[in-house]
Amino acid sequence: MEANTRSTGRLPAAFLTPGSSSFLDFLSDHSPQLLPGNRKLPEGVLEAPHGTTIVAATFPGGVVLAGDRRATMGNMIAQRDIEKVFPADEFSAVGIAGTAGLAVEMVKLFQLELEHFEKVEGTTLSLEGKANRLSTMIRGNLGMAMQGLAVVPLFAGWDEGKEKGRIFSYDVTGGRSEEQGFAATGSGSIFARGSMKKLYRPDLTEEQATTLVVQALYDAADDDSATGGPDLYRHIYPIVTVITDEGFRRLTEEESSALARSVTDRRLEQPDGPRAALL
Amino acid sequence: MSTPFYVSPQQAMADRAEYARKGIARGRSLVVLQYTDGIVFVGENPSRALHKFSEIYDRIGFAAAGKYNEYENLRIGGVRYADLRGYTYDRDDVTARGLANVYAQTLGTIFSSAGEKPYEVELVVAEVGTEPEGDQIYRLPHDGSIVDEHGSVAVGGNAEQISSFLDQRHRDGMSLAEALKLAVQALSRDTNGSEREIPAERLEVAVLDRTRPQQRKFKRIVGRQLVRLLEADNAAIARTDEPSDEIPEDSEE
Repeated sequence: MEANTRSTGRLPAAFLTPGSSSFLDFLSDHSPQLLPGNRKLPEGVLEAPHGTTIVAATFPGGVVLAGDRRATMGNMIAQRDIEKVFPADEFSAVGIAGTAGLAVEMVKLFQLELEHFEKVEGTTLSLEGKANRLSTMIRGNLGMAMQGLAVVPLFAGWDEGKEKGRIFSYDVTGGRSEEQGFAATGSGSIFARGSMKKLYRPDLTEEQATTLVVQALYDAADDDSATGGPDLYRHIYPIVTVITDEGFRRLTEEESSALARSVTDRRLEQPDGPRAALL
Repeated sequence: MSTPFYVSPQQAMADRAEYARKGIARGRSLVVLQYTDGIVFVGENPSRALHKFSEIYDRIGFAAAGKYNEYENLRIGGVRYADLRGYTYDRDDVTARGLANVYAQTLGTIFSSAGEKPYEVELVVAEVGTEPEGDQIYRLPHDGSIVDEHGSVAVGGNAEQISSFLDQRHRDGMSLAEALKLAVQALSRDTNGSEREIPAERLEVAVLDRTRPQQRKFKRIVGRQLVRLLEADNAAIARTDEPSDEIPEDSEE
């Protein structure tokens, strides 16, 4: 076993060596083979399930992060109820598009990185610090991204210093940019972004913001075959999370189904959804 | 070349044990008690930033008496061990028993290797279960032995006296306020039997609270909540077993 090494069962020297508060740094020194970025891959492009669309929007008092539930492999639906939005810690969340297996692993590492820092230092990282840490992790994955195994997350959280919700988006090279108001990533993101562009206002309530992201996911699913809409038959609804100064909260199954149903009900009458004023 | 003096192994070990014990005795004692909803850690600590208690993992807490740099080193080693193990296997596979074993091996090896100075620390590793019967408390003295404790435990210089005081008064099913008061009472007694006052701001208190909705059960109790718990009179204790989420986690840091 990795942690319980040596015949004596004693903590290995690396465990007791003073050093960084980062779990990633510790792992790359002590067990580099456990890091996703250090794996050797065969030549050529691999095909694996892909997560599709993640959307986020801020409102006064917080930020909403949501994702559809579909994973695709080529033109196949690989999974209908995949989860792509996760809490990163108490005040932030990460949603992932791209190669599902790698992305979920990266989220696990990212959560651990934040928790580890908190336990060692006795204080949490700033939101900016968390966003930068995620950037480093994506950069470490560049080799795999070149072979088609890209991971492109969307990071959202409550900034306790600035007292507002913030959204960060990333490209495959780890390039980080802060988004104002709303953002989307993944294959359906162009449609989701178009939808939010027309519906977003800076003074949304929390309820309006959660409705906004579900509308955007609906529009993404409407035009992008890789994005799944609310599946009313199987009771599979988008995952919607809200982060405010009270912390991370994921809408319950009941709440997200009510949200999805109200959106789909209105689409029965108006298939293209709500419209912004022309002038 | 000079001939080294012969020292019998018994004598060498006794010397090392005495050295470690003296070091530990210089610091203040601390206590760990079970209460209805979990496990409470109480100690006298004038520092707000240098902690004696801390979170190791979801359900596992750590307490230490003795030399700060040595137990801090062990604490971080434990956090690394737990996080690595949880990452390699699953969060459920990180247990207090496993951690206590690793600490025991580490302390034991250091204690019996002639080249190293023995650590002047005494540790407690505690894990809160879903039911009180599932709670585990392990005490780890400087020589690397493990003692499986129930109900209450004290470590540090004055531990023996405090332990016997607690053994007589601690019972199962105490509320947090009751357990906390008992702990403070035990810590306030000096070696000569006299009592002194420990003000709330000199107390470090943390709990592993099994009723917390979060996966991570460790929480510091600070500020107003601590004062309120200490002031709750015994009649009030029966009525209001403090809802524990009044103050956000680690808010003082």
